Amino acid sequence: MGYTEEELAEDLKNQEYKYGFTTDIESDDAPKGLNEDIIRLISKKKEEPEWMLEYRLNAYRIWLTMEEPIWAHVSFEKPNYQDIIFYSAPKQNQKAKTWEDVDPELKETMNKLGISLEEQKRLQGVAVDFVMDSVSVATSFKEKLKELGIIFCSFSDAVKEHPDLIQKYMSSVVPVTDNYYAALNSAVFSDGTFCYIPKGVRCPMELSTYFRMNKSGTGQFERTLVVADEGAYCSYLEGCTAPQRDENQLHAAVVELIAMDNAEIKYSTVQNWYPGDKNGKGGVYNLVTKRGLCEKGAKISWTQVETGSAVTWKYPSCILKGDNSVGEFYSVAVTNNFQQADTGTKMVHIGKNTKSTIISKGISAGKSQNSYRGLVQIHKNADNARNFSQCDSLLMTDECGAHTFPYIECKNSTAKIEHEATTSKIGEDQIFYCLQRGISEEKAIGLIVNGYCKEVLNKLPMEFAAEAQKLLAVSLENSVG
Amino acid sequence: MEVLDNKITKFREGLAKTNLSFREESLKYAEDTLTELDFPTTRVERWKYTRVAKIANTQFSSRKDVVKQLNLPIQDAYTVVLVNGYFDKELSSKNLPEGVEISATSQSANNLLGKVATIKNEVFTALNTLYATDGVSLRIKAKTIVDKPIQLVHVITGENTIATVRNVLVSERFSEAEVVQVFLSENANASFTNNVSEIIVEEGAKLVLDKLQNESESNFHYSNECVQQASNSNFKINTITLNGGLVRNDLTIDVDGENCETHLNGAYILKGKQHVDNHTVVNHLKPNCHSNEMYKGVMDDQSTGVFNGRILVSKDSQKIEAYQSNGNVLLSDSASINSKPELEIYADNVKCSHGSTTGQLDDEAIYYLRTRGISEKSAKALMVTAFISDVTKRMDNDKVVEYVHNQLHDRFGWDF
Amino acid sequence: MIKITNLHASINGKEILKGLDLEVKAGEVHAIMGPNGAGKSTLASILAGREDYEVTEGSVDFDGVDLLALNTEDRAREGLFLAFQYPVEIPGVSNVNFLRTALNEIREYRGQEQIPAKDFLAMVKEKSKLVELDAGLASRAVNEGFSGGEKKRNEIFQMAMLEPKLAILDETDSGLDIDALRIVSNGVNALKSDNNATIVITHYQRLLDYIVPDFVHVLHDGKIVKTGPKELALELEEKGYDWLK
Repeated sequence: MGYTEEELAEDLKNQEYKYGFTTDIESDDAPKGLNEDIIRLISKKKEEPEWMLEYRLNAYRIWLTMEEPIWAHVSFEKPNYQDIIFYSAPKQNQKAKTWEDVDPELKETMNKLGISLEEQKRLQGVAVDFVMDSVSVATSFKEKLKELGIIFCSFSDAVKEHPDLIQKYMSSVVPVTDNYYAALNSAVFSDGTFCYIPKGVRCPMELSTYFRMNKSGTGQFERTLVVADEGAYCSYLEGCTAPQRDENQLHAAVVELIAMDNAEIKYSTVQNWYPGDKNGKGGVYNLVTKRGLCEKGAKISWTQVETGSAVTWKYPSCILKGDNSVGEFYSVAVTNNFQQADTGTKMVHIGKNTKSTIISKGISAGKSQNSYRGLVQIHKNADNARNFSQCDSLLMTDECGAHTFPYIECKNSTAKIEHEATTSKIGEDQIFYCLQRGISEEKAIGLIVNGYCKEVLNKLPMEFAAEAQKLLAVSLENSVG
Repeated sequence: MEVLDNKITKFREGLAKTNLSFREESLKYAEDTLTELDFPTTRVERWKYTRVAKIANTQFSSRKDVVKQLNLPIQDAYTVVLVNGYFDKELSSKNLPEGVEISATSQSANNLLGKVATIKNEVFTALNTLYATDGVSLRIKAKTIVDKPIQLVHVITGENTIATVRNVLVSERFSEAEVVQVFLSENANASFTNNVSEIIVEEGAKLVLDKLQNESESNFHYSNECVQQASNSNFKINTITLNGGLVRNDLTIDVDGENCETHLNGAYILKGKQHVDNHTVVNHLKPNCHSNEMYKGVMDDQSTGVFNGRILVSKDSQKIEAYQSNGNVLLSDSASINSKPELEIYADNVKCSHGSTTGQLDDEAIYYLRTRGISEKSAKALMVTAFISDVTKRMDNDKVVEYVHNQLHDRFGWDF
Repeated sequence: MIKITNLHASINGKEILKGLDLEVKAGEVHAIMGPNGAGKSTLASILAGREDYEVTEGSVDFDGVDLLALNTEDRAREGLFLAFQYPVEIPGVSNVNFLRTALNEIREYRGQEQIPAKDFLAMVKEKSKLVELDAGLASRAVNEGFSGGEKKRNEIFQMAMLEPKLAILDETDSGLDIDALRIVSNGVNALKSDNNATIVITHYQRLLDYIVPDFVHVLHDGKIVKTGPKELALELEEKGYDWLK
């Protein structure tokens, strides 16, 4: 007998998290819980200016008035916000100035992750801002970028060094009041990345940040702000991974992208946070607000490969405000065991001749629930707006669910919107065909799944695409027996 | 939670409680629902795109009336007429074929009321349960093949009239029938039809239901069809909205048997300030079934269309093939459409797909037609009629299709 | 090469093969003909190991190995190749990637080294010429958007790449025009050697003008009812199958 689908399903259940280890580093923690004093403490530890503290306190007060949302297709125990450590920084005597100064144990962690900075450094054209439990520990290529006038630094540094830019753009795309988690993030955000590409500059390398959660019971609240000035271009990579822990960790990030006239931003994410064990215990709650604003002729392209987290709730969106602007969303979401993903995008067409493309590939295995939820909104003056959406779901077991909830709202008669969605089982005929050519079932599934996701994987930068393929393989395949 | 000054309380004043033989628990549940809930706002997901304030703010009253002449889709049919929710014996056929039982719901002995149509927080269905004046109870006996269509005509008259109608349609085992349900108005202004039908299609039965809505442009209309299909049955419903000011159609089909076929076709052709909302649910509860849905809409002037189609495949409902498509054309800059085709799948061996398109008429095609000497107006009419024909050609009864085409001709000047 | 003895098989409780015997020796080409529903494609599927069918009786010896004891991929790795009547499309998976995976897994099974990329590409180039397959097709997704003829040529191309001991061609001629038929047949003939064998399953004699069989078998109602030389095919073409029933 061959390797049956039942056996595969069984193997998938037993799939353990590859990156499950913790790093033994002393950290500098705030006390558990959340109140104004904690916020003052965070702000003080980060040596922030007064306006930043005021911003945080204002956001906190707004957050207190908001209610945590409830969703039809995602259910999980709401975090106890008084039981979370809102600030955790690896303890170091002083901030590392050069790569050599970085704590060797941290380097070891990065090595284990397989994304070591050393390795990355060798890869030409990748600048990395490594965020470990909230504080940026090493930044490379900074000098080279500086020559071009590109600012690429931790958010904390930007608050101190570029307060004008931060004050101008922060919350301009995702207002503090946007949603419960965005308000929370605004109050307690720990660190993140700031990136500014000046007028007409084409960033010559991929900018990359690796996020990773380490400390037990910490919530990670990063803040990312990317501004591409007129005619500028950059490609930004965000990789995420977290060690294996029994309790649920909360991750509520805010990412804001601003593409000025004729600018282009590519934002790619590979998310592999701990999904919980095969019984659904533990795992990260990934509740993220990502949004980009396109001015005239600008383009924002989101690409995401989501394989981790117990709960994923994110809708990277594009506000196509300027005429002739373009928004793209390419997504692969894999869920296994008890994972729940509710992800998609919002394309808001405001300007004339705006275009958007949505390609979403969902793969459900185990007992997971995988939903695409997306909005295509055409405003009254968005003449000749165009949207094409393709949302496909692949089901691997009979215990999982795959759902599609597209919202299409059109107020302009010259718009053209096309939405297509399919849901099907992984093709038995395809598997048999592969088997007959001598390919094992496990490899066959890997091939078919990667082929199925190809349109999305092709959008990733090279280094990331290879990693994403491996991740898909790890998430869905396991060695026989 | 106590709600003191809600709209529902006022709405209910002056309406007489139903005399229909609902079971006690149905009435109690309806009462509880109306005590707890007010009219839905757009914050309620199911009502996100439809405002019912105009209904909530109008004081309706129930009244009997008589009508003389009716323009009916089918002359040669077994016809039943209700005026303002009251059975009209005069206008209804006297002779029925063997195997077909039609009576007023108030006179019917069957105890199916409230069995299929559950209220589930739906205010309008709760209102219907508490205030239904009458309706049609239709029973096609086992193995009966009805030779002619059965035509159920609902007429509403006068100003601020409310017609609260409750129907029960049962197609017994291996029977075959076609029912044409027509909604008309006579000198009506800002009146409200609230029509709930409970439909049971038993094992091996075949039922085709044509639902034609053609009330005045100032009228309000709420319909809820709840359908239950048993194994090997075949059910087809064609919902055509020709006129009506604010129309909401809820259609829920529980496919609760194997080897069923289910077809849902719909067309909404709007102008002026019309608002038409179709919410459909196909609930695949058993394996080996096939469903196919196609809704198309044309919106002109300041009209708004809403389509929400949901396909649900429950766990263990393997080998389901379910298809859904929604197409929309906006003819004016002030028209709008909200479309939400949903798939909710909990079984793996399925083939499901949906598609939604929104756009204008194809400029190239119009240009092509004009180069052949056709005026722009005619070219557009040709294109629109072709678009709508995708739905009407799925309908079986030529007379019904002819009626639809004629009505569209009168209202829009289109030739089919 | 392969010896099928008293093979009985059924699907969903319905018996399709009812005691089939067939022996094919190395270097031989056998044609299996028969009316629709005789069980021709069932035989191919069972030999390849499709799980829908249940073998209720009989044995299949494949070069000293009990074929029926192996799973599908191991049968392929032992050298059994099925050219599908309806080749399957696998979107997004390139032909090259597909074949390299297959070839390497087969080599691994046989304890051989992985094939170096350079050698592999040279092989692709050489073998694709055999069936006049446009080199561009090799980099396209497996069978996706291929015409009927291209799909069948791709089957023979894969056969050339994997170098099987026994190839079963299941209605490979169906849907082919005369040019495509010639190309496919030339490919098959070029691959023929003393060490391999071919079973051609077909409904029409036409294909056998190009791939000349050593033996023609008539399959009817789950059994071989007649065996003869290549001339038998012509006789069948002329008289139909009724006289054999």
